[in-house]
Amino acid sequence: MATTATVHQTKWWSGGKSPFNVEYGKLMMWYFLMSDTFTFGALLVSYGAIRFSQNYWPNPGDIFYTFPGAGEANLPLAFVSLMTFILIMSSVTMVLAVYEGHRGNKKGVAKWLTWTIIGGLAFLFCQAWEWTHLLTGEHPALVNGHIQMLSQTISHNPWGKLVEGSAVTDALKNTSPDVLAKLVYEHDHTMSLAQLTALPHDQLAKMINVSELHVHEAGPIAFGGFFYGITGFHGFHVFSGVVINSIVLVMTNKGVFERRGHYLMIEKVGLYWHFVDLVWVFVFLCFYLI
Amino acid sequence: MHANPEAIMAHEVQHDGHHVHHQSFITKYIFSQDHKTIGKQFLITGMIWAIIGGLFSVLFRLQLGFPGESFPILETVFGKTWAPGGTIKPEFYYALITMHGTILVFFVLTAGLSGTFANLLIPLQIGARDMASPFLNMLSYWFFFLASVVMMSSLFIQTGPAAGGWTVYPPLSALHDASIGSELGMDLWIVSIALFVVSTLMGGLNYISTVLNMRTKGMSMTRLPLTVWAVFFTAMIGVLSFPVLLSGLILLFFDRNLGTSFYLSDIVVNGQIMPNEGGSAILFQHLFWFLGHPEVYIVILPTMGIVSEVISVNSRKPIFGYMAMIGSLFAITTLSFLVWAHHMFVTGMNPLLGSFFVLLTLLIAVPSAIKTFNWLTTLWRGNIRFTPAMLFAIGFVSLFISGGLTGIYVGNSTLDIQLHDTMFVIAHFHLVMGVAAFFGMFSGIYHWFPKMFGRYLNPTLGYIHFWVTLVGAYLIFWPMHYEGLAGMPRRYLDKSPWVSFNQFGELDRMISIVAIIVFAMQLMFVFNFIYSIFKGRKVTTQNPWKANTLEWTTPIRPGHGNWPGEIPEVHRWAYDYSKDGRDFIPQTEPVGANEKIEH
Repeated sequence: MATTATVHQTKWWSGGKSPFNVEYGKLMMWYFLMSDTFTFGALLVSYGAIRFSQNYWPNPGDIFYTFPGAGEANLPLAFVSLMTFILIMSSVTMVLAVYEGHRGNKKGVAKWLTWTIIGGLAFLFCQAWEWTHLLTGEHPALVNGHIQMLSQTISHNPWGKLVEGSAVTDALKNTSPDVLAKLVYEHDHTMSLAQLTALPHDQLAKMINVSELHVHEAGPIAFGGFFYGITGFHGFHVFSGVVINSIVLVMTNKGVFERRGHYLMIEKVGLYWHFVDLVWVFVFLCFYLI
Repeated sequence: MHANPEAIMAHEVQHDGHHVHHQSFITKYIFSQDHKTIGKQFLITGMIWAIIGGLFSVLFRLQLGFPGESFPILETVFGKTWAPGGTIKPEFYYALITMHGTILVFFVLTAGLSGTFANLLIPLQIGARDMASPFLNMLSYWFFFLASVVMMSSLFIQTGPAAGGWTVYPPLSALHDASIGSELGMDLWIVSIALFVVSTLMGGLNYISTVLNMRTKGMSMTRLPLTVWAVFFTAMIGVLSFPVLLSGLILLFFDRNLGTSFYLSDIVVNGQIMPNEGGSAILFQHLFWFLGHPEVYIVILPTMGIVSEVISVNSRKPIFGYMAMIGSLFAITTLSFLVWAHHMFVTGMNPLLGSFFVLLTLLIAVPSAIKTFNWLTTLWRGNIRFTPAMLFAIGFVSLFISGGLTGIYVGNSTLDIQLHDTMFVIAHFHLVMGVAAFFGMFSGIYHWFPKMFGRYLNPTLGYIHFWVTLVGAYLIFWPMHYEGLAGMPRRYLDKSPWVSFNQFGELDRMISIVAIIVFAMQLMFVFNFIYSIFKGRKVTTQNPWKANTLEWTTPIRPGHGNWPGEIPEVHRWAYDYSKDGRDFIPQTEPVGANEKIEH
């Protein structure tokens, strides 16, 4: 009989007092976060190992200087500071959601969870904008004696050492008219890009003010792989967090936790969310500050 | 204590508000959330993998023992592409050794071992109805199953499975065009192992929180059987080291398919210069071995637990140095994270750095020696019952010593630079973590088979299995030490072109023949296993081995929930054998008025 039937216990624990006064799910979450620390740790240590084996590493201020709607204004790290602020604020709203959960206030939990989800989504939108901007923005770089327009991709980095004025003048001679037209157009919009492209090489070269031009050598290829790899992996964690938060929000609204009599789930999800924020602090430090 | 489980169950149903219901075939055997069934699923999947992985070793031993000779059956089975004219093609050979390592290390001795015994024993021995999260536990098996399906499918694709060695070092593994085994097979390898990591993570989190949180009343940490301690530490190692492999594999996958340069720099393939720049192949080795070394402890720790338990029960003596056993498990767990670079002495690392890794590596000899000493002293003057499980446990100790001693050789950078990538290393790790772990696993299967299936394995076949495997293992691996000391490299397809290795031709032939016999013996074990599930001698008493641990207080075939009534309360440690004139005192027995207890 024992082999064909199942005994369903109304209460799993029947051995006396629980030895640890922690619910198992919370324990599991802590161990998962420890494990995930090692995942991110491995990625960041790899980044460090490769970065410090290179001759040159780009200055973050040169790369991350743009702000949506601010054109080419030089605002180093302004945008990423905003992103970081948003993410940290979403941790604050998560704390408030957990607090309301302790008080058993369903409406409060739902409200602050919603704000947390909005914060997470806002961060993801910011990241999408930043990635798009880096992937599509073109920057002059000195490659094999001529200037090329490079984007920040996984196989190119346009932010190597700054090139001296005389070297730029030499390089301009070997540079294709297409690129020259783009360089002129960056600072002078009197003619359209199509009109400029039609002009001969020499005329274009004369229109360029070398002192205004910031030409870098091609930078370390490894930058792109690590930047997109690690911020992408973090972004994936934020995305997962948003999905989990949304599920928990739906459950809150349906009164699942109210019926359970506790909002422990919010606490567990909150642990994950704070962890993702904490990881961002390290990512921010590694890619934007040093 | 419960003489008649049926009667007690009926009693429970009537009085405790429990209800009994029938499960469908699917929820009972396929998507089961019962830890015992999940354990069996891991065991049987692991056994299927072990047969495949073992078969592969037989195939490449054919090549190594009889280089260039034709075996027409190979062409019949594997076709003209892989075995033209009945000889194994070099690409096929490399695929075979790669998959042999991958299958045995990950699918058999990690999932098949931890998955089986952690699942079966944790709830039963700590006195819990099931794992902390039975659902996650079920997912853990099915992720392992998915990983298995992906890895299995890579055996059947046109370009064959991964063939760059089980360590999948770049650049061979990072470039599609590097070799035939670097193509789709390598991608499937990465995907499979990534799924495997997820499975290990879910399993490990469950094991840890179950041990910490679900123990029955009175079951303090220092009353846990050593099996539970061992799988607990194993889970810790897995949870902290597998993620690093995952990170390494994510980067490898990007290098292969997105054109990044994490591990690649200055590479020329077929005369063509690759655009990759700035990466480091050594970086991958660090990430790999940060898992790779702890992995060998993931393989060996559960068997150490099993052996401690089996030796104590069958010596009718308390385990010697219980706290020292826990302490040494903890020491091994900690040290396992600090020695990975001893696999990399020849990568050109700073000799000073190397010497630190030598020191930390040699330190592992201390807890290992403590454990060995304790097993021997437990056996000392014991009232030994030579059951098949006990023989395999003693065999484990023998192999662990034989293989462990050479660990001191290869752990020294000065010697290792000479011995690196020779047959000496093959001999070392096969004895200490390959065959020894298998012996521990066999010991566990023979010992707990009655709990799993309510029947005994045939002991006569068990004795034959043990002796042939033990003698065979030594005949296979002992001579390899000499080959390695003479400089014979591992992984080479054919060593006959070197005059200096010709002296080993006969020896290699002997090794190959013994390998085939030992493999056949394992098939006999599989037969015994399957036959005994259905036709084995039935278990008639609740506690066939007269053991103290809680799993023997359940009914002979426990249902989901393990104990039909209340979970028993624990009053003592698990090792009160031959005490106060009594053969054994179960953990559930209250302490007598004037009795002194250990824990």
